[in-house]
Amino acid sequence: MLKNDLSTQAVSKEHLAYLQTRKKYRYRVTAAQIILLVGFIALWEAAAGLRWIDPFIMSQPSRIVQTLHSLYAAGDLFTHVSITVAETVAGFTLGTLFGTFIAVALWWSDYLAEVLDPYLVVLNSLPKVALGPVMIVWLGQGMRAIIAMALLVSVIVTILSVYSGFSQVDKNKITLLKTFGANKRQILQKVILPASIPTIISALKINVGLSWVGVIVGEFLVSRAGLGYLIVYGGQVFRLDLVMASVIILCAAAAIMYQAVVIFEKRFVKWK
Amino acid sequence: MGAEKLVRIEKVSMKYYSPEGEISALQDISLNIAEGEFVSIVGPSGCGKTTLLNILAGLIKPSAGAVYIQEQLVSGPTSLVGYMPQDDQLFEWRTIWHNVLLGLEVQKKVNKETKAVAEEMLRTYGLYEFKDAYPSQLSGGMRQRAALIRTLAINPEILLLDEAFSALDYQTRLLVADEVKEIITSENKTAVLVTHDIAEAISMSDRVVVLSKRPGTIKNIHEIKLTCEINTPLGRREAVEFHEYFNRIWKELDVHAEK
Ligand SMILES: Nc1ncnc2c1ncn2[C@@H]1O[C@H](COP(=O)(O)OP(=O)(O)OP(=O)(O)O)[C@@H](O)[C@H]1O
Ligand SMILES: [Mg+2]
Repeated sequence: MLKNDLSTQAVSKEHLAYLQTRKKYRYRVTAAQIILLVGFIALWEAAAGLRWIDPFIMSQPSRIVQTLHSLYAAGDLFTHVSITVAETVAGFTLGTLFGTFIAVALWWSDYLAEVLDPYLVVLNSLPKVALGPVMIVWLGQGMRAIIAMALLVSVIVTILSVYSGFSQVDKNKITLLKTFGANKRQILQKVILPASIPTIISALKINVGLSWVGVIVGEFLVSRAGLGYLIVYGGQVFRLDLVMASVIILCAAAAIMYQAVVIFEKRFVKWK
Repeated sequence: MGAEKLVRIEKVSMKYYSPEGEISALQDISLNIAEGEFVSIVGPSGCGKTTLLNILAGLIKPSAGAVYIQEQLVSGPTSLVGYMPQDDQLFEWRTIWHNVLLGLEVQKKVNKETKAVAEEMLRTYGLYEFKDAYPSQLSGGMRQRAALIRTLAINPEILLLDEAFSALDYQTRLLVADEVKEIITSENKTAVLVTHDIAEAISMSDRVVVLSKRPGTIKNIHEIKLTCEINTPLGRREAVEFHEYFNRIWKELDVHAEK
């Protein structure tokens, strides 16, 4: 008699009606979402076509599509997208790894945690992008500085959120392990880390967003390649089509990466 | 059931220190527990019951006195002692099977024989079909049984239960107490149960130890002798003497005097 086993029950008429109402509601939400997007694009296109707005400044969907096409034809699109994506993936993987690692160290030593506490608080409130120029001086005008930016932006938040996740693990679970004679490493391995996987994954979700910020700002500053570079360049030469096209690709790439984390979560948190 | 002394608690006292001062939690506790005995400890909130269990489990060292299990001084957690925490504490991310193996894993004792024993217990106590389920899929009673098997899997001599049933609703609690008692008896284990529930203590135990307010001292020890047809916790509640024990312990606990 497993709990929550509703599937074997016969579905009553009322339940069916309830399910149908729910389904209809879902359809209405999805329909509204699509209409909103299509309507917005159509309005934008029409407004620019009828010269209510200046397509030179505001750009226009059809011109954005053209720009995307020519970028693609020139073979540049893939290069820029892959550079930015690679930097972001590297930044947020490193940010999450380092952050979790440092959180483990803080958990291991209460003394260290207490000593570092004020520094973490200050670093957390510092806008990390302010350190961009420093990174460029230290690491050079290239990918390394950009990845460092992405890492900086996400690492402190990761440390703080993962560490607080560690501290919230039920004390009784730790006591239980101790009665089995567990040492500190075993407590970390058997309860602290597995119990914190949901926390780590939600840190991961935040880090995806933060890493994009770090990478785009880094690319603005370094200005060699990537979507951030295209946006800055487009802005400087007044090619708003290019800017808009890059922003749209950015939206798509960020959404895909977020989904990847969600899929990762589903695979690793089967017990929820 | 040998009348051997399994546990010897000798003049145990415990003081905790904090910036605000020191708290004397236990004072001069001496108690022997025989093999196969079921002893309950009742006492007002904060009188040091959990502290006493933690000392028995070797989790903390008493400020004075000593505890011997099988004539060996307790100086840290050993596999002689199994601990049943409040709220079963099954790990949600592990299946029932892997929860049951937790203690063995920690003690690096997972092998064919220990696995076979654990599997046999799951079978005997009706959890085998659920061995690949996650704890969230089980009812409260089943979870409690799984937690007990996890404790028994390391084959301890003595089981410590700290308000192990207090998270359950009343009816489940009565049933689980029956189940747990039956399992402990059939596995021939010694048990120490801490509880707030006087009826639970009387119905399950051979002896009930009443502790005083903090600092906890032993106020009285009741040998429970009940005349009943069915010797299970539920059956024992029907005994004529039950109420008398209840009233005596209730009075000793002095609930009214507490502010
Ligand atoms: N680690 C600790 N440090 C300081 N004081 C503590 C500590 N653990 C317990 N105490 C204090 O010692 C006293 C006894 O605590 P204990 O948890 O053993 O009581 P208890 O009888 O189990 O109470 P309850 O019935 O509420 O579970 C309490 O006053 C508690 O505040
Ligand atoms: Mg307690």
